[in-house]
This record gives sequence, C-alpha cells and structure tokens, in this order.
Amino acid sequence: MNPPRPLSLIFHLSSFFFLLFILTSCTSSSQASSNSPALYIENKGSDTIVNLALAWAERYQAEHPDVRISVTGGGSGTGLASLINGSADIANASRKIKPEEAAEAQKNGIQPVEHVIARDAIAVIVNPENPVGELTLQQVSDIYSGKINNWQELGGEDRPIVRLSRETNSGTHIYFLETVLRLGEKDNQTLFSMDTLLLPSSEGIVAEVRDNPNAIGYDGLGYVPKDLKVIAIARAADGPYVLPSAATVNDKTYPIARDLYMYTAGEPTGVLAAYLDWIFSPEAQEIVLQLGFVPIK
Amino acid sequence: MEKSLNWREYLITRLIRISGYSAIVFVAAIFFFILKEGLPALTEVKLSDLFAVRWYPIEDYFGLLPLVTGSLIITVGAMLIAFPFGIATAVFIAEIAPRWVREILKPLVELLAGLPSVVLGFLGILVLAPNLRRLLDLPTGLTALAGSILLGGIAVPTIVSIAEDALDAVPRSYREGAWALGATRWQTIWRVTLPAARSGVITAVMLGIGRAIGETMTVMMVTGNAPVLAVKLGSILSPVRTMTATIAAEMGEVASGSVHYHVLFFIGIVLFLISLVVNVAASSVVFRARKRAERILS
Repeated sequence: MNPPRPLSLIFHLSSFFFLLFILTSCTSSSQASSNSPALYIENKGSDTIVNLALAWAERYQAEHPDVRISVTGGGSGTGLASLINGSADIANASRKIKPEEAAEAQKNGIQPVEHVIARDAIAVIVNPENPVGELTLQQVSDIYSGKINNWQELGGEDRPIVRLSRETNSGTHIYFLETVLRLGEKDNQTLFSMDTLLLPSSEGIVAEVRDNPNAIGYDGLGYVPKDLKVIAIARAADGPYVLPSAATVNDKTYPIARDLYMYTAGEPTGVLAAYLDWIFSPEAQEIVLQLGFVPIK
Repeated sequence: MEKSLNWREYLITRLIRISGYSAIVFVAAIFFFILKEGLPALTEVKLSDLFAVRWYPIEDYFGLLPLVTGSLIITVGAMLIAFPFGIATAVFIAEIAPRWVREILKPLVELLAGLPSVVLGFLGILVLAPNLRRLLDLPTGLTALAGSILLGGIAVPTIVSIAEDALDAVPRSYREGAWALGATRWQTIWRVTLPAARSGVITAVMLGIGRAIGETMTVMMVTGNAPVLAVKLGSILSPVRTMTATIAAEMGEVASGSVHYHVLFFIGIVLFLISLVVNVAASSVVFRARKRAERILS
C-alpha cells in the first residue's frame, strides 16, 4: 500500500500555514504592545448619533494613533446615565439632559456640560409631479395618522395618499412620531395609520417617492436627492412655510429639526478638549454632512 | 492490514451515524431555543392582545393577525403562480423537449434558483412595483401581489428541479405501455407519468411552499410592510407585512429579553408550526398514495 500522496501534501501545507499563523500573530502582538494607546475616550449614547460618532472616532484615531476612542450606542438615556456614574467620558444625546438627570449628576459631583455637535432635520418629500408644496405640521400629522386620505383635501389632485415611513426601529421614525404626528405634545397618543408603508431603508422611500405621484415620505435632510420635491413646512396655518436647508435648520425656523448633543463631565480638558475642538473643525463637520445631518456652521 | 481496515470501517460508520443524528440534534436544539425564547411571550402579553389586529411594537401593540394573514396571502398567491408554471416547465423539460433543449434548460433553471433574493427585491422595487401600479391603477405597487409574483419566481426553480427529477425517474416501460395501448402523448403525461411521479411532485410543491413562506429579503423590499389585516380578496392588491419581514426588520434593534424580543421569537414558533403542518400534510399524502399503490400491486 502506497502512502497517500495528497494527504502528505495537505499535511505539509497545513504545517506551513500553522507556522505562518504563529509568526504573524507574534509580530502583530509585539506591534500592539509597542503602540499601545495611552489616551482612552469612552463615548456612549444615542443610537441616532452612533454612526456619526463612529465615523468621527475612526477618522480621529487615524490621525492620532495614540488616542483610542470606544463608541457604543444604547440610547441617549443610557449614555447620560453612564456619564453620571462615571463610566463614560462623553455622552451622546439626541435630546437635552433632563432636570432629574442633571440633579443626579450634581449629586455625584459631576457638572454636565452641553455641546451642540450637529443638527438633525427631517425633510418631507413628495413626487415632483405633485402640485402640493406647502403643508402645516398639523396637516402632515393628519396625513400620517389617517385623517387625510386624498391629496384633493390639501389642494392637490384627486389621488389617494400613500404614506411611507421608516421602520419602527429607526430613530428617525420615533423622532417623526414624537415631533410631527404627536406635534411634540407629551400626552398625545396619535399613532401612524395602520396602512402606512414601513420601508426598511432610505433608498426604498426615495425609490417609491420618485416613481409614485401618490406617495409622501420623510427622511433625514442629507439623504434626500435633488430630483424629489421637498415640502415647505409651517408651524401654524398662518405662519411662514419654510423649506429645510442648512440655513433654516441653524436659525431654527424649520420646525422638524433638532440639535444633537455631546455631554462631558465638567469643561473638557486634555485629550477630551482636543477631540471636541476637532469635532467643530471643518473636516469633522464635513463628515456630518456626509452622514445626512446638518453641520452647525 | 485486515485489522486496520476493520478499524477504519468502524470509524467511518460511526462518523456517518453521528452526522445523521446531528441533523436531528440541531433541529431539536433550534426548536428548544425558539421555545425557550418565545414562550414567555404568552405570559407577558395577553392572548387576546396577541390575536389583535394592530402591530406597533414600540407602543406595545403586539397583534399578530396582520402578520400571519400577510404571510399566508403572499404564500397562497405565490403558489397559485408557481404551481402551474413549475409543473408545466418540469413536464416540458422531462417529457416533451428534445434532448439538446433539455440539456440547456435544466442547468438554466437551476441557475435561476441560485439568484440572490436581494437582487430580485431590487428588480421588484425598480421594475415590477412601478409597472404593477400603472397597469392596475393602484395607489402603490408595493403590494402583496408584487411579493407573490417574486416569490412565485423564487419557488419555480425549486419545483421544476425536483419535479423534473421525479418525472425522469418514472420507468420508460410505463410510457411505452401507455403508448402501446394507444394513448396520446398528452394522455400519457396526464394519466400515467404524472400520477406515477406523484410523491416527488408533491414534495416539490411542498418545498416550494417552504421556500416561499420562509423568504424574507424580497418580501421585505416589495410588499410595503404595512401591518394591515389581509382577509379580503382585495388584500392581494394592498400592502401587507409578513412574519419573516417583521422578524428581520425588528430583531436587530430589540433589547434582548424584552417583551418585544419574546414576541418576535413567538412569531418564529408560529412559522415553525406552519412549516411543520405543511410537511406533515405532505408526507401523509405521499404515504397514503404509496400504501394504495402497494395494495394494488400486491
């Protein structure tokens, strides 16, 4: 019986790879220990901001190899709680800190300092063929809650309204529910109409609005392509109808917009101050634009 | 030499036996995991709430009826499309087409089976849905019908491939016997070949149903995902939300151990039970058919 050749070949190959593996793991571990980061930032909080915070952290770490930034989501409340108990250096929040959270921080000897790092605006979009161009917040709320079902009621053509929304797990969905459907009122229990289409992606909403003259959708301002019609929104029927743009978001005349925050414990110093300064730099604010948010300047 | 052969044989039979049992172990393990994560939903949510008609989990509305009916209507629609198409294609390839056509068609159909469902979903969003809306004058093309058509397309290759193998396995003597009795080609196919391949054809259709009801990505992209109760005949022309799309869309963001998490696993149990029923029904039909054939032959 001859020794099976292929087997011995496989054996040699595998031992070769094994050696290779050992060698590479040695070199990588020695590299890691020589460059081990001295400065560590724990950044935690809002899921709305997590992608932006990650993009910032990646870019900043690439430029500053001695800094290591760990970014996790979990929600604004989680982030602020971590800041209050000292387990995070920066808390990301898509809302202002609540008075009770601030009081608890005081009790722990922490003075939370607020930094507005970017803004988030939602554009309401329709097909370019749709003659309707202006809506009040109340009208948008009535459309999505199912009280208004035909574009004729809004001065448009006799067409049924097809409501498009992001999935319920998206931060944009929840923000739209609270700010537009419920008009920012805490005890308002308005829900999305049951026949609202819940699309899993921004692209899905954009594709359907581009094709369908019946459709109305909403999305983060930065994700809206130029060939769709953006609705001008007014807070009240007699108020000015405002189109979303970086300018109207920053001067707060556009109603469906909010500030995004980072909170630090006390005025930032050292590496934290350097990182936050960089966040306000044009380079970092350019990333804000790329991720669909509105830069603060 | 003798001894090493015995030893090897022993090892190989053991390995084969272990891999056989492992399939059972894996299914059982998956089933118990789903049960463990899903059954708490029954204690956390009232039964009457689970069988309600509103699904809006972030405000604790956990009505499953829209999702179950959504999945069923799309699967039934898909089968109405895939069954005639699939069987007809299988018959054509196995019985009618000349050899060279067959040799091209069969691999092509099998290639179709490997088409990623996300690609079909894109086709659905960009081509199928807009045209459905214009042709049928619907408010939107993202409907159960769009899902059914695409799922039908996904199930057809499965059905064709397995049904064709079954038809191919029917002994040539059956057909020759029928021809000798003066049956036409069509009569032979309809009365002799298809009934003889019956169990394989039924298996093919059941696997097709399984493929359709379990498909996620395509339906999530083209059915609009609106959790509306789909019990009217017209529901096929309106948006629906399926069980699979719900699990896929919401599982990623849900807090582990929350009520919503348990309800999503409970949906998994429902899906599991539905496919179990389909499989049991199929094998009982096949089993009965075989018994009847044995009775006639004996």
